[in-house]
Amino acid sequence: MSLNSLWEYANPKKFIQTTDRVLPWVAWSAALTLLVGLVWGFFFTPDDYRQGSTVKIIYLHVPAALMAINAWLMMLVTSLVWIVRRHHVSALAARAAAPVGMIMTVIALLTGAIWGQPMWGTWWAWDPRLTSFLILFLFYLGYIALWEAIENDDTAADLTSILCLVGSVFALLSRYAVNFWNQGLHQGASLSLDKEENVADVFWYPLLVAMAGFVLLFIALVLMRTRTEIRARRMRALLARERMGA
Amino acid sequence: MIALLTRDIRLAMRAGGGFGLGLSFFLIVVVLVPFGVGPQSALLSKIAPGILWLGALLACLLSLDRIFALDWEDGSLDLLATSPLPMEGIVSVKALAHWLTTGLPLVLVAPVLGVLLNLPEAGFLWLTLSLALGTPALSVIGTFGAALTVGLKRGGLLLSLLVLPLYVPTLIFGAEMARRGAEGFDITTPLLLLAGITCGTIALLPFASAAVLRVNLR
Repeated sequence: MSLNSLWEYANPKKFIQTTDRVLPWVAWSAALTLLVGLVWGFFFTPDDYRQGSTVKIIYLHVPAALMAINAWLMMLVTSLVWIVRRHHVSALAARAAAPVGMIMTVIALLTGAIWGQPMWGTWWAWDPRLTSFLILFLFYLGYIALWEAIENDDTAADLTSILCLVGSVFALLSRYAVNFWNQGLHQGASLSLDKEENVADVFWYPLLVAMAGFVLLFIALVLMRTRTEIRARRMRALLARERMGA
Repeated sequence: MIALLTRDIRLAMRAGGGFGLGLSFFLIVVVLVPFGVGPQSALLSKIAPGILWLGALLACLLSLDRIFALDWEDGSLDLLATSPLPMEGIVSVKALAHWLTTGLPLVLVAPVLGVLLNLPEAGFLWLTLSLALGTPALSVIGTFGAALTVGLKRGGLLLSLLVLPLYVPTLIFGAEMARRGAEGFDITTPLLLLAGITCGTIALLPFASAAVLRVNLR
């Protein structure tokens, strides 16, 4: 069986078939990488000389924050695909990703608060990064609420896609507005590919593994939830057909 | 389009509620704040620009669901959609009517309420100017939110949930401009950014609102 283009996966049946084979691999490798990354990070790295053992929350905080933003990015892409090519799987994937992304945002905010307490002496500060994550959380809330509120599936997909596009622009705007509004406590990005001075290697490698684990976990969750959505929709269609026939 | 505009304004003025409601809400918010934070005039004058901006924003929010709801219920929105007017035009006129009946009165009473909050003298001009610049953006963004939720039975709460995050940049720059004006700092940067947001939303958002409305009328 050869596939000519990526779009063939937009066929729900093919999507289910393919993910049937792929999903166990993704799920297990997610579990494995997460286990390795977190255990390595928590138990086999030295304490930071100033932060002590609290530094270890970085293995949850940074990957969750990474996925919180990337989940929205993924929703943006799938929304665009829905608007342009009208593949139902795409819209359902966006719907499936939203709660996952929201939970990631919550994890990032909570672990950040737990980390901030001993380090900055406060659970919360109106720092630009913290504030923009809070706003991102509100965007997720609105997006999910809109999906839930509309009964017609296609209408809901259309409206939420447009909300996602408009919301992305405003989320970016807010990000810069908040920067302008208040100078922060949060350090700048300490991880980037082109910088010489990153986090020290002892912390960096387990962090990389943990980030890979979160990415895999996100993919696995989104695939799983998309399959559930497809099946739920198919079930509704079957039930409706049965009622029509009877 | 002008006929639609005058019709909307007349409806808003005569149908009761819409016109005075936002203003009275604004008044009540401003009156309640001193009860909440205490009557010290130094404190009040410090937070006055922010309170006035927040009050205006909430008053604006309150009247958003009226933009399309009535026309949706009695079917005139369908009539408008089948008329030769482009949907973008309808949406823009609706936003303009909302601003004229809600935003503009808020801008005009804001200085009066500023007196109640002991706003510093230098702040009056900049507060009024920042509201005059910012409230059109609030109306346009709100029209988008109203278009999103028009078909829903209990859209009011959802509307606020959707629109409030979108209001963040406008509020930040508007309140910042008013605050800097009141404290005698340079206001150029927030002024330009606020103007940029308003122009950008007016130019681009009607297309999104029109697309959303077309989906909802399908």
